[in-house]
Amino acid sequence: MRFAVPTVRFRSPLRGPWLTSVLGVTLLVALPLVIVTGLLDYLAYGPGQSIPGDVGLLHLPATDWPSRPSWLFQVTQGLHVGLGMVLVPVVLAKLWSVIPKLFVFPPITSPAHALERGTLLLLVGGILFEIVTGLMNIQYDYAFGFSFYTAHYIGAWVFIAGFVSHAVIKLPIARKALRSRSLRAELRIPVSATVQEESDGPDGLVAPDPAPPTMSRRGALALVGGGAVFVAAITAGQTIGGPLRDLAVLLPRGRSTFPVNRTAVAAAIQPAATGTAWRLALAGPTARTLTRDDLAQLGQHTARLPIACVEGWSTVQDWTGVRLRDLAALAGVPSPASAFVESLDDGPFGRATLSGGQVLNPDAMLALQVNGTELSPDHGYPARVIVPALPGVHCTKWVRSITFRAA
Amino acid sequence: MLSGLARRTGASPAQLTLLLACLALAAYAGFFLLGDPALLRMLIWFAGAALVHDLVLFPAYSAADRALVAAARGHVPLINHIRVPALGAGLALLMFWPGIVRQGGDTHLAATGLDQAPYLAHWLGLTAVLFGLSALVFLVRVAVARLRR
Repeated sequence: MRFAVPTVRFRSPLRGPWLTSVLGVTLLVALPLVIVTGLLDYLAYGPGQSIPGDVGLLHLPATDWPSRPSWLFQVTQGLHVGLGMVLVPVVLAKLWSVIPKLFVFPPITSPAHALERGTLLLLVGGILFEIVTGLMNIQYDYAFGFSFYTAHYIGAWVFIAGFVSHAVIKLPIARKALRSRSLRAELRIPVSATVQEESDGPDGLVAPDPAPPTMSRRGALALVGGGAVFVAAITAGQTIGGPLRDLAVLLPRGRSTFPVNRTAVAAAIQPAATGTAWRLALAGPTARTLTRDDLAQLGQHTARLPIACVEGWSTVQDWTGVRLRDLAALAGVPSPASAFVESLDDGPFGRATLSGGQVLNPDAMLALQVNGTELSPDHGYPARVIVPALPGVHCTKWVRSITFRAA
Repeated sequence: MLSGLARRTGASPAQLTLLLACLALAAYAGFFLLGDPALLRMLIWFAGAALVHDLVLFPAYSAADRALVAAARGHVPLINHIRVPALGAGLALLMFWPGIVRQGGDTHLAATGLDQAPYLAHWLGLTAVLFGLSALVFLVRVAVARLRR
């Protein structure tokens, strides 16, 4: 028996299983890319350096993050952040399309239904939590007051749980709904000929008494697709660079072709510590202490390399400096298993461990110059690490020591 | 017996197993947050994100849309020439809220060396461009329709 309860009336003639399925399948194809690139980022930080530290089984199989191709992290992380943002209008449209389900009465009809509604909370709460924390992080707003890394990573797994169960349970329904009408035919129907989908039951998505259409399904799909293109247009520049960067007018990383991550002032780098008194300590069997002039006397290498941040932005510059493998040989460890780099910066990213493969990459270097001029204080003067495909935050600036460790 | 189970629980054994496995995965993930002093804040933001969407954002944009439709009295092309740029501007405002309202200025400055001053003007400019383009297309459509008549 059904009770008459005061319910919200949903009258859009566009809502229905077909439209929801088109949006759902779009997300089903695209979101795994965002998920996998996000999980790859966890690996890219390197063993013992990923945040949060202990996640049990919740990570991709551990493997040494490669240093080739040099654009690897630029692409994976650019895709994670960029595609994540481009999908925001699709997610919002999907939620709009299923909103009547939220107000179905009675809210729970069986134990299994209660479980499914539980997984829907994981799904909806999860995707919105990931979007909100991700967007705030790339704009450096930490009003949420918890660790972004921990929350975004664990939140991702909670979302994955909801996403998998929802996809498996709804896929047969979506398949049937997609077969109910042809996309190509639908794209030819103007607003004047738009009618609602066939009823999908009393608690369905199709409105029982629809309002007159003000938009065709073609128009709705164009609106969502246009929203995705719009977001891409005003965000892709932070990763791709070039003229598109000027279009990224609402993002911090659209404002400079060579963005700074953490200023020298923020890192409390004292000018006295980076002047003539600065020394680089190389630790290994033949420990050395080098002045900046000593470093400049060593063989210099120049490479055009991207530096890419976990926040999705990147920039390609010409770096010049001493190859890390030359420094390793100087310290008496010609084939190191790892290198531990320490900065004058005492902050959380003031140290990083590089793998042997990363140290030995011929383009991996302790850079002294960029684009033919000395590094600026904000870019790590007197010397900074630059390793192909390494997350930017591990390309340590203001380096004071490197410890090379044999296998 | 299985069909009895299905009748009592409302789902097939396979679906039940899947639901329970996924809830277990989420619980396992949540387990790593136990002892985190900010756990409660995370839960509030998690549930809050869904609640704010369902009970604030959705009703707000639906009400705005209903008001628009009523004001335009069924003039469909006009409705959509307002609706589309408004949604674009709204989406940008929602996504880039922190910069536009200048939230997190200190961390923004420490990270980038820049202040947040330009974002509001950029958003207003973007909004003007969206409405301007939409108005232009609308005028062209009206003109074309008149010529055809």
